[in-house]
Formats: sequence, C-alpha cells, structure tokens
Amino acid sequence: MRLAEAWRVALDALRANRLRSALTMLGVIIGVGAVVVLVAIGTGAKNEVEAQVEGLGSNLMLVVPGRLEFGSAPSASRLSLRDADAVAEVVGDPRRVTATVASGETVRAGGRERFTTVQGVLATTPEVFDRPVGRGRYFTESDVRTGRRVAVLGATVARALFPDRDPIGQQVTVAGVRFRVSGLFAPLGQSLGVDRDDEIHIPISAAQRLLGVDRVDGLAIKAPDREHIDDLRARVVAELSQRHPDTEFSAVTQEQILGVLGDILGVLTGVLAAIAGISLLVGGVGVSNIMLVSVRERTREIGLRKAVGARPRDIGLQFLLEAVLLTTVGGVLGMGLGVGSSLLVGALSPVPASITWWSLALAFGVSAAVGIVFGVAPAQRAGRLDPVVALRSE
Amino acid sequence: MTGPAVEAERVARTYRLEGFSVRALREVSLTVERGDYVAIVGPSGSGKSTLMHLLGGLDRPTSGRLRLDGRDVAGLSPAELARLRNEVIGFVFQAFHLLPRTSAVENVALPLVYRGLGARKRRAAAAEMLERVGLGHRLTHRPNQMSGGEQQRVAIARALVTGPSVLLADEPTGNLDSATGESVLHLLETLNAESGVAVVLVTHDRDVAARARRQIAMRDGRVASDSAQTDQEPSGGTP
Repeated sequence: MRLAEAWRVALDALRANRLRSALTMLGVIIGVGAVVVLVAIGTGAKNEVEAQVEGLGSNLMLVVPGRLEFGSAPSASRLSLRDADAVAEVVGDPRRVTATVASGETVRAGGRERFTTVQGVLATTPEVFDRPVGRGRYFTESDVRTGRRVAVLGATVARALFPDRDPIGQQVTVAGVRFRVSGLFAPLGQSLGVDRDDEIHIPISAAQRLLGVDRVDGLAIKAPDREHIDDLRARVVAELSQRHPDTEFSAVTQEQILGVLGDILGVLTGVLAAIAGISLLVGGVGVSNIMLVSVRERTREIGLRKAVGARPRDIGLQFLLEAVLLTTVGGVLGMGLGVGSSLLVGALSPVPASITWWSLALAFGVSAAVGIVFGVAPAQRAGRLDPVVALRSE
Repeated sequence: MTGPAVEAERVARTYRLEGFSVRALREVSLTVERGDYVAIVGPSGSGKSTLMHLLGGLDRPTSGRLRLDGRDVAGLSPAELARLRNEVIGFVFQAFHLLPRTSAVENVALPLVYRGLGARKRRAAAAEMLERVGLGHRLTHRPNQMSGGEQQRVAIARALVTGPSVLLADEPTGNLDSATGESVLHLLETLNAESGVAVVLVTHDRDVAARARRQIAMRDGRVASDSAQTDQEPSGGTP
C-alpha cells in the first residue's frame, strides 16, 4: 500500500469518530501547549534577568562583606568610606568605584508620600552603573564631601510625589530631613515585576548621617576591561582582607551573576518542561488506549483487508499513521495553544514569556514520537491478527 | 498459467485449544480445475469452513501439500500469503463485509490498493467491474444506501476486480431472500462462464449446491463424496 493511501485511510478513520479523535487529541494539545508555555515563561524570565544584570553596566563587579551564597544571612558590614578610597587606589581610578548604603524610608513632598528605597551613594554612581540622569543633574563629589542634602529621584517616585509639577528644585523630606531635588533618572521600567524606578539617590555622607551609621553596605567597581577583571577582583579582595583580617569578602562579577542566575533559571525551565512533558506522556497513554479500542472495533475490517491482500505491515502502518496523525495534529494545535497562551501571559501579566523555536520543535517532535511509541503496540496487534479469527469477530 | 487452480494433497488442519488437539480437517485431497464450478456442502462442524479458509490462503495446513494457482503455500510468510490471496483469490462472504462509510467503487477498488495501483487506475477498474455486475449506476452509493442484493453484487465485483483464478463464496445467499439469492447465483454463474474464474461455493442449501457442476460433501473433516469422482473411491476413505 502506498503511503499516501495509508494517510488517507487513517484520516478517514479519525473523521469517522470526530468527538473521540478530538478528545484524544486534547490530551496531546494540552501537553504540547504546556511545554511551549512553560518553556516560554522560563526562557523569558532568564532573558529578563540577564538583561537586567547586563543593564547594570558592563564590566561591573560588586563587593560585599561576608560570603555571597544562597541561604547565608548577610553579615554586618565593617566596610567604610576609607575602604572605598583604598579600593579606588587598587583600581587606579576613583571614577570607577562607588559605595552604597541603602535603606527603606518614607519620602514626603507637599501632602504626598511614598515608601521607597533610599540609596546613599558616591557621585561616581551614574558612570559605574551606566545610568545617566534624565533631567537636571546628579550630585557632585563636593556635594558628597560636604554631605549636601540633594536627591535624584527615580521616575516612579517623581510621579508619585509630583504628579502635576516639575520636581527639580523642589523640596522633599526623607525620614523627616529636607532634601532638594537636583535631578531625575530616566525611566527604566519593570523587570520580573520589580519597579526599577522606585528609588532615590542621595550623597552617601548625607545618608550615613540620616541613618546614624558610618558603614558602607557594599562597593561597586567598573573594571577597565574584561580580560583583567578576575585579576582585579583578586587584588580588591586581597586589599580588603588585609584591612579587615577577621572578615571575609565576596566580589562577584557580572559574568558570575549571569552564570549563576542562568544556571538556576535553566534548571527551573528544565523542571517546568519536564512537568509539562509528563502531561504529554499522559496524553500519549490516552492515544494508545483509544488505538486499542479502535483495533478491537475494526477487527472485521482488518480481517477483510487481510483477505483481499493487506500484509501485516500494511495494517500496522495504517494504525500507526492513525496514532501519529492524532498526536501530530494535536501537536500542531498544541503549539498554537502554547504560542497563544505565551503571548497572552506576556501581555497580561508581569511574567515575561519568550517563545523559543527549539521548544516548538521539541514539543512537536516529542508529540510525533509519542504517536509512534504509543501507536506501535496497537498497530502490531492489528497487523498480527489472524484473518480467519478477525473475519469471524462480531 | 496452466495446471489446476487449486491442488490439495492429503491436507490436514489441526487446532490446538487449551491442550486439546482438534482435527478440523483430516487428509483431504482435492483438485479444482480452472473455470470449474464447485459446491462444498456439509453440516456445521464438518470442516467445510476450515477447508474454505485453506483454499483461500487465509490459513495454512498443518500437514499435506496445498497449491494455489500452482504455488505451494507451505513456507510462505504472512506477507507472501497476503500477496498470493490478492493475486489469486476472490472472497465473497455471507455478511458481505463491505467497508461502511465507503462508496461502492472504493469498496471494489480496495484489493487494488494493496496491489499498489494508482487511484485513477483503481477507480477505472472498479467502475468497469461494477458495470459488469449491473451496478454501473451505483458507483458512489454507500453500503447503507443499497439493498442486500446490491451489497452482495458489490462484494462480488470486489472479489473479481483483481482477476483471480478462484472465487470463494461462503454462503453468498445466506443473508438474502430467495429471489435476490437467485439473481446473485445467476450472476456468479454468468461470471464463471464469461471470465473462466473457478467458483467454489460453500453452502448448506441443497438447491444452491445442486446448481453447481460438481458437489463435494464434507463430513467429520473428510470428503464424504465428490460428484466428480463418483466412479472412484472417495478420497479420505469414509466408511
């Protein structure tokens, strides 16, 4: 029997039981759709996190006291601004180093208020993090030295406190202390549901006085080039360890962060795909089940076909194609469902979804394979039926 | 091709059922010449169905030699046997066995599908065959849109579309009223005379059997009598 003929026969058989075919397909549709959607969400999350880390600026290195591990509590910082100066010596360029002390505080202006992240930082911050000011100006080195009370607002804070006037030159109070707004950041938008515009920057000296501390939470360094970044990291850690012999320091580069996050999200994506794969497997069992029913129902037809000259493999091929047709048509519809759902999730929720061609190819390939794997047993059973017995069956 | 259409030498068929051996057919020798018209009669359990399955190549003998159109069925794989059936045998069943939801012309063309013929050639051959059985006006009708007599004519067309040497008809009139049955038998006889296909008819109806040129009576897995050998000792040696 020609292959085209076998396809036609398989299609006719599926058409004869439309509802049953559709319900059997549904299992595959949901399985394939789930694979596509979950992989899209996993990939989207990974892309977004990576974009965010890369958006921090190139060749960036973060230094914090304590060990940077998941699950370990942050240790109390013994870093100070003098350490920042020492690290700037090591790097050889003070413009490439910034320090930060952060706290959640309520910021007020007029009758309005907003609880936001207050970052006390050095004047070099816009350069180190590649984050230029949108309007107005950032504070200067002398502002930091004198502890001047000036603030640069993120777009969300600016909108919340000054919905109808220009914030530049206006007064805001941070934890009850007055600051003058000198500039506004350009909006960065959201990533993974976190608003990156919900913060204000003030000189670190002013922040330390405001919080009553002289510590620094962490340092950030923009390395001059990528090749020597590991060497630089070692020298920075060595310098800090020498200054604070009883404290451990961690310095991570952007690449390391990307690597770790990429690994975690890769595993997450894999787990999601595996869970969805299970539903695809269940769909395959459904296909196998319905094919066995179909073989039993059509035993007499099989007997007749054999009597007029169908070989075992002709019959086997017919039923195998029927199973493969069920799963591949289901697979294509499932891809449609998956792509549609991914677009919907991406549009309607903060969860990013990025459809990848390999997840589509994988889902389709797996669904076709499921049809073959789960169709083989019923097809073999059909092919091996004794024509005499088959013709006699009711 | 010369030689007889079917040649059976001391053919036996034993079934094994849960440890028991059932000897359905005991050493039957039988020759069906080309163009012959043979009726096989006998009570149920006499082995006539088993003989029919063997003659049709649906089953293989446990012992003895069976040649269909000169080809020995021993040692043929299921696939080779299927090919032999396709080329040499045409079946007509009591219950018609037409595919539902499938037009008359496609039902008739079915054996040609397994011969690997293209759709257009199949359709042309099937339509011509339906014309010959008097159903040229019913090509696109489905089985459920046709009478029993018409369905059996479609089945006969399907059996003959491949140009077989033997047409095996198992109680072809069993599901039909006598008038319709008569016309179906008449059709079989006409085709037998015109095309030279050997017709082997299995029936328990004495009147149907009496129309054949030769009658073979089966009993207890043996040939009890054969009208072609009345002057000889019956094969199998019944008492």
